[in-house]
Amino acid sequence: MDNDMKRSIILDNYSNARNRGIPDNSDDYIMINSNNQSCIDNINIYVKLKDGVIEDIKYEGEACVIAISSTSIISSMLIGKTLKEANELLGNYFNMIEEKEYDKELLGEANVYEDMYKQPSRKTCATLFARGITNLLKGKE
Amino acid sequence: MNREDFTILKDSNMVYFDNGATTLKPDCVRDAVIDYYNKYTASIHRGDYKNSLKVSAMYDDTREIIRKFINANHPSEIIFTAGTTDSLNDIVFGYFRHHLVKGDEILITETEHASNVLPWFILAKEIGVVVKYISLNDNNELTIDNLRNAITDKTKVVSIAHITNVIGDVRDIKEIAKECHSHNILLVVDAAQSIAHIKVDVTDMDIDFMAFSGHKIYGPTGIGVLYGKFNLLKELTPVAYGGGMNAIFNKDGYVEYKDLPDKLEAGTPNIEGVLGLGKSILYVDKIGIDKINKYETELRKYLVDKLSELDFITMYNKDNEAAIITFNIDNVFSQDAAIYLDKYNICVRAGNHCAKMTKDVFNVANTVRISLSFYNTKEEIDLLVNVLKNSKNIWEEIL
Repeated sequence: MDNDMKRSIILDNYSNARNRGIPDNSDDYIMINSNNQSCIDNINIYVKLKDGVIEDIKYEGEACVIAISSTSIISSMLIGKTLKEANELLGNYFNMIEEKEYDKELLGEANVYEDMYKQPSRKTCATLFARGITNLLKGKE
Repeated sequence: MNREDFTILKDSNMVYFDNGATTLKPDCVRDAVIDYYNKYTASIHRGDYKNSLKVSAMYDDTREIIRKFINANHPSEIIFTAGTTDSLNDIVFGYFRHHLVKGDEILITETEHASNVLPWFILAKEIGVVVKYISLNDNNELTIDNLRNAITDKTKVVSIAHITNVIGDVRDIKEIAKECHSHNILLVVDAAQSIAHIKVDVTDMDIDFMAFSGHKIYGPTGIGVLYGKFNLLKELTPVAYGGGMNAIFNKDGYVEYKDLPDKLEAGTPNIEGVLGLGKSILYVDKIGIDKINKYETELRKYLVDKLSELDFITMYNKDNEAAIITFNIDNVFSQDAAIYLDKYNICVRAGNHCAKMTKDVFNVANTVRISLSFYNTKEEIDLLVNVLKNSKNIWEEIL
């Protein structure tokens, strides 16, 4: 994927962020806050689980272009996944950000952040959502 | 003006607009710190050799430099601390913890910095005092009428910034002090954002306690000042105990403390910081605080006028006074804006600026802040405005 393509995917997911908003029926969702202590990104993540499957994800908050776009992309990829699949995807995503081995195929659009390791200060932005939802899913399998 | 005094500004295209966070240091301050290490390293008040005597004298002289600068009555009213936060914590936990009782009220505002909020919150939890907020007017300023309306017969303390760090409103401390004292209320002033930009005269303003940081007035980091009227400081219980502050102590637990100011400066102090701070105060005094204020006010007006021409910029404190401008580029998160400006070596602050309650005042949590100094120029502002004009390319630049 070239840089123009990456940029346009990121911008599209920032300007028209998918799944953004507070759920109407928030009682059906588990909520967790994710923030970056070193900067100002701050979102609330809402996840609806049913029979071991992620049925829906919503989020709301204030964060930078990298944090919001990655939240949009990864949340879209996780909806409909089993907890096991979700954790596998998230694990691969963290590996990519940390420049470890990962399954490129599995990450689809999230590959737009494959060079994020070159900007260490923005790694926390790119993992704002992934860290939050990983914590939320802990022990739910 | 005076840019030639700063090595960091020589042969550099850096535009430093984050003076509210910390200021750059002139060469004379750097040299004062280096000289202490290169020429006369010694502890103070403990040695009988030449260097110790020399450094002790310089350390004590610095107290007088600061006394004179803020027009305190006596050098013993100047206590060296680690900074504004440290000073405010000393005031809250050394003085007020021992002088307030359950139900007493403390008045602050929603635009205070964390260091003038959190100590009071903790004190409220510890001893049951109540923290209340003075309402601000439509321009987010503190008026005497609003202060008067907030005062009750339980109000014991008003604790406010002289200049707030996000709005940049300048409070009329002298009038506020008059109002406080007519109700037997003590006034604590956080002068972190004002000390380098406007005349602070603790006697004329009749301030009871005051705090400021050295690094915001062109001095080193890790050094600050706690000012208190002598009779109040005398009643301030030390928060730290140890060497340098005791006169006598015996095996049976008997302790006698030294007099002010030593009683409140336990341990070997930040000597390089004190010497650097003394130099920075002399430096500012030499340029003249009124001259600095006049120049920065002009510069602020220039910046506001220029930013007003840009229809994609929202300014939040256009009509306030101090040389602090808070804004956003429409539809751009403040941190992304700061990263974009950094591509052009323009240093600004993005975020909530440690004043997290201000979001309720602006209805926006995060902003870009420009805080000016006398070394900034109209040319730098022109550069900023040009870069902002091109900010439609922001994503090509930062992604």
